[in-house]
Amino acid sequence: MSTPGETGTEAWPLWEVFVRANRGLSHVHVGSLHAPDADMAVRNARDLYTRRNEGVSIWVVPADAVTTSDPDAKGAFFESPAGKNYRHAVYYTKSEGVKHL
Amino acid sequence: MSGETPDLGGRVGAEPRIETDPHGDVTVDRVALAEEFAGEAAGAGHAASADVAAYALGLGDDALVLAQRLGDWITRAPELEEDVALGNIALDLLGHARSLLHYAGTHDGRSEDDLAYFRDEPEFRNAWLFEQPNGDFAHTIARQLVASTYLVELYRRVEASTDATLAAIAAKASKEVDYHRDHAIQWTLRLAGGTDESRRRMLRAVEQTWPYVDELFRDDEVVARLVDEGIAPRPSSLREPFDAVIDQVFAEADLARPEGRTAFVVDGRGREGKHTEHLGPLLAEMQVLARAHPGASW
Repeated sequence: MSTPGETGTEAWPLWEVFVRANRGLSHVHVGSLHAPDADMAVRNARDLYTRRNEGVSIWVVPADAVTTSDPDAKGAFFESPAGKNYRHAVYYTKSEGVKHL
Repeated sequence: MSGETPDLGGRVGAEPRIETDPHGDVTVDRVALAEEFAGEAAGAGHAASADVAAYALGLGDDALVLAQRLGDWITRAPELEEDVALGNIALDLLGHARSLLHYAGTHDGRSEDDLAYFRDEPEFRNAWLFEQPNGDFAHTIARQLVASTYLVELYRRVEASTDATLAAIAAKASKEVDYHRDHAIQWTLRLAGGTDESRRRMLRAVEQTWPYVDELFRDDEVVARLVDEGIAPRPSSLREPFDAVIDQVFAEADLARPEGRTAFVVDGRGREGKHTEHLGPLLAEMQVLARAHPGASW
């Protein structure tokens, strides 16, 4: 699979941007952008994705460093849990006398 | 920019507010100057003295003219991301201009719009650096490097001004010009250390920008009186810290300040209302709509 930025039709590589909104929350993917290198990617992310006080921390990751699951193998990957409700905690009944559950 | 509570167009085809807006509490129907910007820091109705008004007008025009120049990059920058970066910087500067012009206007009852749109070229007090054309991207970066390095040193000192309004404006602006300087430094390093072509252009841009540096640090009578009152820093005293930062950046970028026989210096007289041929067309474009439709809001 080719990544935008690798093909030569775009001058700068693509970066995926993760922003943490507050202390205690995790970084959340907010989008992507182009930048010549990692330092500029952080700055572009600041300009593009934190204009309205959205975040206190930014991560950028080269888009081609992200390995994705194969969309064509969706069945094999994601349909298996169907019907396996014993994988959910609520499937089980609480044993008598157990505290703090 | 139309009066106290300018209408920046929030109502055009837009819902006032959507509850599920991921950006939270954002409204653009009404954008008013924050209290410290509106000249209220020193008490309601505080008006600037003639000298302070002249000083604020000069700084305000520097910011306004540079904001207008940078705005011209939008849709023309090397990449979309850079459009946004330069646009952000331009908007920061426009904010500084509004605060400073508003304060300058308190002296004789003129509004920020009166000052921005209804003064002619000889009444503008910006230094020549700020009105120079954008040139190529390297020229803009060289101009940004000089402008933002100067503004960082300036506002840092104005923060300690005995004039509470100027001090408040400088305190807000300091953080913003700090980021502008970082942006300019990052690009200076990349252009100077990039390809042969980018380096050639950066060298040319530095050479053609440097003649406009001296004017920023020239002392004049008005400022001399303000220095005595602790209101403004002496411009010439900002030169040393400015040079120190530039030298550090240039050392890393393998650039040099033009010196010796090649160091041409223009006799910039922007603070006296004398300008290069570049300011007129800029003002014409900036002012045409406000003059064709006085009092219009959109």
